[in-house]
Amino acid sequence: MMMHASTFDRYQAGESLIHRLDPRVKVVVTVLFILSNVLLPDGAWLAFMLAWGMVVVVNLLARLRWDYALKRSFIALPFALAAVTVIFNLPGQTVFTLNLGPWQLTATDACLIRFSSIVIRSWLSVQMAILLTATTQFPDMMHALRHLRVPQLLVAVISFMYRYLFVLADEVMRLLRAREARSARRPGGGGGGTVLWRAKVAGHMVGQLFLRSYDRSDRVYNAMLARGYQGHFLTLNPHVMQAVDWASAGLAVVFMIVVQIVGHVMI
Amino acid sequence: MPVIHETKKPDTAPIALAKNGGQPALTVENLDFSYPDGHIALRNVWLSVGHGEKVALVGPNGAGKSTLMLHLNGILTGNGQIQVAGMPLIKSNLPVIRGKVGLVFQSPDDQLFSPTVFEDVAFGPLHMGLTEAEVRARVGRALAQVGMTEYAERLSHHLSVGEKKRIAIATVLSMEPDLLVLDEPSAGLDPRARRSLINLLRDLPLTMLVSTHDMLMVYELFPRMVIMDEGRIEADGATEDLMSDEVLLERHGLESPFALMPR
Repeated sequence: MMMHASTFDRYQAGESLIHRLDPRVKVVVTVLFILSNVLLPDGAWLAFMLAWGMVVVVNLLARLRWDYALKRSFIALPFALAAVTVIFNLPGQTVFTLNLGPWQLTATDACLIRFSSIVIRSWLSVQMAILLTATTQFPDMMHALRHLRVPQLLVAVISFMYRYLFVLADEVMRLLRAREARSARRPGGGGGGTVLWRAKVAGHMVGQLFLRSYDRSDRVYNAMLARGYQGHFLTLNPHVMQAVDWASAGLAVVFMIVVQIVGHVMI
Repeated sequence: MPVIHETKKPDTAPIALAKNGGQPALTVENLDFSYPDGHIALRNVWLSVGHGEKVALVGPNGAGKSTLMLHLNGILTGNGQIQVAGMPLIKSNLPVIRGKVGLVFQSPDDQLFSPTVFEDVAFGPLHMGLTEAEVRARVGRALAQVGMTEYAERLSHHLSVGEKKRIAIATVLSMEPDLLVLDEPSAGLDPRARRSLINLLRDLPLTMLVSTHDMLMVYELFPRMVIMDEGRIEADGATEDLMSDEVLLERHGLESPFALMPR
């Protein structure tokens, strides 16, 4: 059975203003949005709310549910835990104290504000990135990156990864199935083999997978050579900026400037 | 009678040298090749394919069929001379020759490496340095030739094996090659996909060299058959003659497609 693409693909097929936008606009606006979040000062709650408002509006314009990105953004929250140490190292009014044996950790109000601001920033950014992948077909995204002068080799690596992820996943499934099919047990008996032996089998499977992928990369390269590849990727430009693309980009930039002003002036 | 030869040049000229002023589409002379690990893959191979000829290449696994095919546009280079449409296969000719020899690999997942069908079919023409309009026209023609026009914007990993095979053929048709070289095109296809592939190959007005184990397809499509075994060309002649020589077929691990039929 073939692995279905939807296992990895986050694209939500649809017809909407956002879907039709030039992918370059979407990529640039997403990057600017993330930058804008980073530049907001700690505790700029109103500006954070406005920025989230933009995310909700994009959700609706893309004809998705208003909380589409919100629901999917929780997956990225654990990464915000990397910022957890921030809670305990800024001077300010003490909120609570933790006693961990020889250490005493003191959380202050300034620390908590900084921590929640970091979490909100990353949370907002992740939501916009989710919207980008939900409304942009992968090949379009690759074109956008190419035309935005992202290094060719990097784009090529990403696009090969996308193409062969499915092939590789199929390969893994076949290997696992082959193991399952021979993982028999005697009636009434337990499973054979020690944990070490089982680990060895798993290790060999990983090795197999590497060798197969390595061989495949050789064959793919041959197929590229056979069609005239000489070290440079060439593609056609299928995108032309329309008035609506310029207008959307302009509107988004103006809105982010407003968010910045609100964030820095009216905390 | 089949021409059976071992280490000398065939004394009977292959069938279709007549067209195009006697200039064959492909000649391979005295080709030897061994892999870096010392395994000898090709031994003194002589082969000539005339314009418009459709030739089947058969033989057991490991006979050297795929290795020979990889030589035809210079991906592997052994000792010997190869000429494509009268041009010697040397380094300076490689870019041109790669456009003239359309090589389709056995696994379409190796052949189709771009995210969309359009990009894959456009890959060859783009690298030949054609204009955008010409590239688009060629992609359109190639997809129409294999009957897959509506698939241009599809993603390659969403296709069935039969569809992938047709697209894989389109990826080389778009280069408008003189010679189509296919490695086991009917392997792994269900009967319907196999049938439509056979019809496609029959209707393509191109010179073809096709390696396969599908003897029924050979009988149906290819008037000329070349048998390879252990890196050598063991027989080269009319399919009808070679197929009726059961001793020859058996010696090289092959089977007549009619072996089970009552006589």
